[in-house]
Amino acid sequence: MTKLSPTRPDGLVTSIGASKNPGLWSRTWPLLIGLMVTLSLIIASLFIGVYDLSSEGGREMFLITRVPRTLALILSGASMAVVGLIMQLMTQNRFVEPSTTGTIEWAGLGLILTYIFIPQPSLMLRMMVAIVFALIGTIIFFAFLQRVALKSSLVVPIVGLMLGAVVGAVSTFVALQAEMLQNLGIWFAGSFTGVTRGRYELLWIVAVTTIIVYFVADRFTVAGLGQEIATSVGLNYRAVMIVGISIVAITTGVVSVVVGSLPFLGLVVPNIVSMFRGDNLRTNLPWVVMVGIVVITLTDIIGRTIIMPFEIPVSMILGVLGATVFVYLIVRRGRRG
Amino acid sequence: MITLENVTKTYAGETTIGPINVQIPSGGITSLVGPNGAGKSTVLTMMGRLMSPDSGRITVGGLDVAQAKSNEVAKTLAILRQENHFVTRLTVRQLIGFGRYPHSRGRLTVEDERHINEALEFLNLTALQDRYLDELSGGQRQRAYVAMVLAQDTEYVFLDEPLNNLDMSHSVQMMRQLRAAADDLGRTVIVVMHDINFASRYSDNILAMNDGQVTHFDTCADTMKSSVLTEIFGTSVRIIDDIDGPLAVYF
Repeated sequence: MTKLSPTRPDGLVTSIGASKNPGLWSRTWPLLIGLMVTLSLIIASLFIGVYDLSSEGGREMFLITRVPRTLALILSGASMAVVGLIMQLMTQNRFVEPSTTGTIEWAGLGLILTYIFIPQPSLMLRMMVAIVFALIGTIIFFAFLQRVALKSSLVVPIVGLMLGAVVGAVSTFVALQAEMLQNLGIWFAGSFTGVTRGRYELLWIVAVTTIIVYFVADRFTVAGLGQEIATSVGLNYRAVMIVGISIVAITTGVVSVVVGSLPFLGLVVPNIVSMFRGDNLRTNLPWVVMVGIVVITLTDIIGRTIIMPFEIPVSMILGVLGATVFVYLIVRRGRRG
Repeated sequence: MITLENVTKTYAGETTIGPINVQIPSGGITSLVGPNGAGKSTVLTMMGRLMSPDSGRITVGGLDVAQAKSNEVAKTLAILRQENHFVTRLTVRQLIGFGRYPHSRGRLTVEDERHINEALEFLNLTALQDRYLDELSGGQRQRAYVAMVLAQDTEYVFLDEPLNNLDMSHSVQMMRQLRAAADDLGRTVIVVMHDINFASRYSDNILAMNDGQVTHFDTCADTMKSSVLTEIFGTSVRIIDDIDGPLAVYF
């Protein structure tokens, strides 16, 4: 047999270094611009509102409501966007996020049940129950996912939405029986209106979970290549899934208790970032965090200003925006075949 | 050396594989051939510890694949399955970089970058390194996966039908590259193949399976005989002696 060897374009080797390092500056300036946009929105969020900050007690008011509200926006926007992305990597499905898997609805059911069985539950207790229910719901969803052959299919989010709808219906029924339907309505309309000093501090927990994601980011990217490739490169797939599901449940649970449901945030943000920068989680994480903050702050500012002095819940605006992006993604995928 | 001792596997209720006892020597290319449903892919998948056998023991390069730590196994063998469909948008270079995961756990060192560059160069992907996988043709993507597996720098490389979805010229190119991986890089390559002529032209040994059993394991020259092939594939096969070696004709 004649000995065969592949053709090697040796001349190309030297150009690798050049094309790989496009210079520190050209890599940094988009991040700087993003950072500036994010910061200016944060500053805008701090100074938009009905209360005249220059009047007497303005400083007090600023610290009691504006600062906590803006911090809550930053923490919940960033963490929910990151959670959406790790869910998409773990499920290998672009349409998955806490509100298309039933996770948020499960947290809601947990909250309603706490209110019914324990009069005046503490914030900490509500949070714990919401996390446990979010965990149960997410595990049920992942158990279902193991039985689906084509993980990228639309069946996945459709079943997730149906699961969510069923759980939501149970919540509504329970709330109706206990005459707490109004509470449920208020809760589902995720809003930052009531977020003041003493009511947002739990959100620092999600700052911790987001930092954890940064340190294990590569594992999630590898898991996103599927169980077989992940196992082939020596990843403990099962352990990564357990860590991921826990992070999803904790983050969703905490944000649900403090803010309410923030639909589609985890869907919109990762998909936008992925279009421009692909899916390498560790290098994208700053972008996902920033775009998450930008989207939630922008929608909150819109909600605060369009019918001033009243407010529209941020979840309503997110719902409209998210549903539009959701449809766009489906249509775009349809065109690509 | 790869050793399978009394390996059995039952799945879907009735399909049974084994007991298989075989030793595949190190070096060169060994092709797994046989009719559909013979169990070739299942055996490869078990050797690559993506599926565990019901009983028996599999060792690859002295490592018991079921017992050893996953990360250790990942430094000894790399396996690529047929269908690799994922939605993650990665560039070719990033994908190949994850082949270095067992060595670097994601934080690429200079050494890793060298391996990535070599794998890119080896599979003629250098010009495509910054393209996203979803922008590539099927053949290019297949090459990127193989590059990832080679970048893992393992002695043993298992590939499940690497020629699937490749046209004629890309198939030839792929086999030449695998041949070079065995000859120049010293890898032990095990491939599941459909085309007996491709298998015989590019590999050193042929392992034939039928009904979950290993029915034949020999050098290419000794396998490329009319009687042997007819028995393996269950259809009459003639052999024509071409300038480059024997050719199986089965039309």
